[in-house]
Amino acid sequence: MSGCMRQEPDGARADYNFAYLDEQTKRMIRRAILKGLAIPGYQVPFASREMPMPYGWGTGGVQVSAAVMVPEDRFKVIDQGADDTTNAVSIRAFFERTAGVATTTRTREASVIQTRHRIPEEPLREGQILVYQVPIPEPLRFLEPRESETRKLHALEDYGLMHVKLYEDIARHGHIATAYDYPVRVEARYVMDPSPIPKFDTPKLADCPAIQLFGAGREQRIHALPPYTRVVPLDFEDHPFEASKPDHPCGLCGATDSYLDEVIVDDAGGRIFVCSDTDHCEARRDSGHVGEDTA
Amino acid sequence: MYVAVKGGEQAIGNAHAWLAEERRGDPAVAELGIAQIREQLAQAVNRVMAEGSLYDPDLAALAIKQARGDLIEAIFLLRAYRTTLPRFGASRPVDTADMACDRRISATFKDVPGGQVLGPTFDYTHRLLDFKLAAEGEVPPAPERDPATGPVPHVTGFLNREGLIEEEPGVDTIPPDLTREPLEMPAGRPLRLQSLSRADEGFVLSMAYSTQRGYARNHAFVGELRIGAVAVEMDVPELGFAIEIGEITLTECETVNQFTGSKSEPPQFTRGYGLVFGQTERKAISMALVDRALRWEELGEDFEGAPAQDAEFVLSHADNIQATGFLEHIKLPHYVDFQAELELVRKLRREAEEVRSSALMGGLASHDGQEAAE
Amino acid sequence: MIADALAGGFADPAIDAAHAFRAVMDAMARPGTIRPVAGAEPPAPLSPAAGAVLLTLCDTDTPLHLAGSLDDADVRAWIAFHIGAPIVGSDTCTFACGSWADLVPLSRYSTGTPEYPDRSATLIVEVPELTNDGAVLMGPGIRDRAHLSLPEKDAFRANARAYPLGLDFIFTSGTRIAALPRSTEVL
Repeated sequence: MSGCMRQEPDGARADYNFAYLDEQTKRMIRRAILKGLAIPGYQVPFASREMPMPYGWGTGGVQVSAAVMVPEDRFKVIDQGADDTTNAVSIRAFFERTAGVATTTRTREASVIQTRHRIPEEPLREGQILVYQVPIPEPLRFLEPRESETRKLHALEDYGLMHVKLYEDIARHGHIATAYDYPVRVEARYVMDPSPIPKFDTPKLADCPAIQLFGAGREQRIHALPPYTRVVPLDFEDHPFEASKPDHPCGLCGATDSYLDEVIVDDAGGRIFVCSDTDHCEARRDSGHVGEDTA
Repeated sequence: MYVAVKGGEQAIGNAHAWLAEERRGDPAVAELGIAQIREQLAQAVNRVMAEGSLYDPDLAALAIKQARGDLIEAIFLLRAYRTTLPRFGASRPVDTADMACDRRISATFKDVPGGQVLGPTFDYTHRLLDFKLAAEGEVPPAPERDPATGPVPHVTGFLNREGLIEEEPGVDTIPPDLTREPLEMPAGRPLRLQSLSRADEGFVLSMAYSTQRGYARNHAFVGELRIGAVAVEMDVPELGFAIEIGEITLTECETVNQFTGSKSEPPQFTRGYGLVFGQTERKAISMALVDRALRWEELGEDFEGAPAQDAEFVLSHADNIQATGFLEHIKLPHYVDFQAELELVRKLRREAEEVRSSALMGGLASHDGQEAAE
Repeated sequence: MIADALAGGFADPAIDAAHAFRAVMDAMARPGTIRPVAGAEPPAPLSPAAGAVLLTLCDTDTPLHLAGSLDDADVRAWIAFHIGAPIVGSDTCTFACGSWADLVPLSRYSTGTPEYPDRSATLIVEVPELTNDGAVLMGPGIRDRAHLSLPEKDAFRANARAYPLGLDFIFTSGTRIAALPRSTEVL
């Protein structure tokens, strides 16, 4: 069989197939990706493999990235919007070792971006691929734990449960109490889980020039959004969807339109707000933007 | 001035170096050899092979060493390695009636043809710490006898002659394989058995125990428990016959379960089945009990809402590699989502506060009004 | 014939398949887009593009239907050696390959089930030429409108009406491909 990886008994890997996965596994994932693109928002089952990193740590994203990657790619990995969070570093190193691809922290230069919990601030462009790591791909899962049931609900296009949940939120809190992982409707058909991105990022899913692929390894599902797909957050006429973020400028670059992390900076509980997208923040600072907390 | 944290790469490298040092422990103490683990921690090796779904005692021993004795971590290492191996084909079903039994007991009959063979069991050991082992573990050789040869018929077969136990005819359909296909519900018995065989021992044990305590009680007797080596054979199309490619040790448990009959089935005994790599009898017995509990539907029994009857629940949560990965992933940064929650909670609190104060103001106003009216 | 069957696969399987898949994925994600694919030299009448698509997506797990004149001894031998896909009838295939005239009627292929619409066939349609004119396309993957030379329109319209059930199409011509998923509306 072509493309099998050998491991030496002493633990050193003798060689890898390109991007780690064997070719048969890649073909299986590639077929699932194509069906996912053909049926936007529908969760395609795939025989997720055991990866050398734990389930829940991006195995779905890693398998999707491995299946789409070519040697000429420039690969970027972010976790929480940052390139230097430990798991992002670990995944980037994995592909440097197993695929030999060039990596970058710059959104603009990347051709494949694997992400956990954020969509970059810089608008994506045609030719880019955004790969999401997805923990629970089923938007109805916390309303109905059984896969056998939720699959029927999707088949019947029965999203009453979700509307009831959102409506109960409004009745209780005056708002839809979902701050991240906000459910969306794709092309007026499937309700889709966008992975736990903050509500702030939800509008970026729609009409995006890039291909968006979602991989859930443990749950063995892939879903996808082709470019320029209609993606609408679920809401009510009298309670329209509203993207929100902390009402501050970035303390480092002064950006007022980026998603912010709240950082506790001293023992007295002093806080500053900084861009969660580290590349966005750095690029702004490099071009001379200054925030209040840099002095 | 605030400077964003950097240096994840170096931190990871340093953590790995420290871990390697801790794994080795005090260098003044002799290092464990793979052969030592394989020979002297055989039960750990068995569990790692069973749940790692890979029969290779040396690799399992290596994984245990590398994982510092964390068996779930060792299982994970073996699973990740297993995935990279090419698949040459599938063996023929092993014939456990031809097992060279080291151990074979039946709880349903006082004696059985071939006899009860206790084998190397902890069962009747008194669990007293053996302080002699702390000094040295050399033991005199155990008494031996000539091994019995020939087939060892299954105890449940004797019941079958009277038609007292359900038939389990063989089928030629190729069973599904959850390592190659996504798990799909509802799952048939072959898939359930595969899942249970590689499931977490603790999980299957607790599920089985729950049936004994009344959550879908199924009155299990251990019809037979046998442990021993069986030959593994593979068909070679070019040769036109099967050849033996090796031998593996298995634990097989068949339970005989009371059954009063249902709309579709006459009163007779029913079966639960467990088959696990290595000497793993706790797991094999547990598996048989859970298998039986999961069979409620095909036997026309009632669903009592017991966890062990719920195939989707059991199969979705039985795999410790999936479970531990997802559980432990909550250690990863979640601050973006947490920030979104923070904003939401602050907003809801602010609005609740506004509602309360305006209610208070309204209350005061009406109170004033009352006073004025008085 | 044996020598021919052994030749014409990907020279560097992992890398060639990765490139070919990116072309196929891009075509499926952006209906109407025409992409080159390289690396396969299958026996005639199979086109290099169709050969590359088969090498990239098919293996022993994907029953394949060869329609009409493509069901030929040389093609079968090449597929047996390089791909290993079982050759089956149209009703049980996950992939089918042939000219449009040989592939129709579409009712012969599985369009999936309401629970699993992905369990549907993908048709690799060999066409004489691929150009960005002819049918007007709208839908996911298309910014406003796209144009693609389709062998006909009505069959694709009917396919789209069954959404989310349906077939997905990869068109191959020489060394070029385009695609039409079930989600595309053909005006």
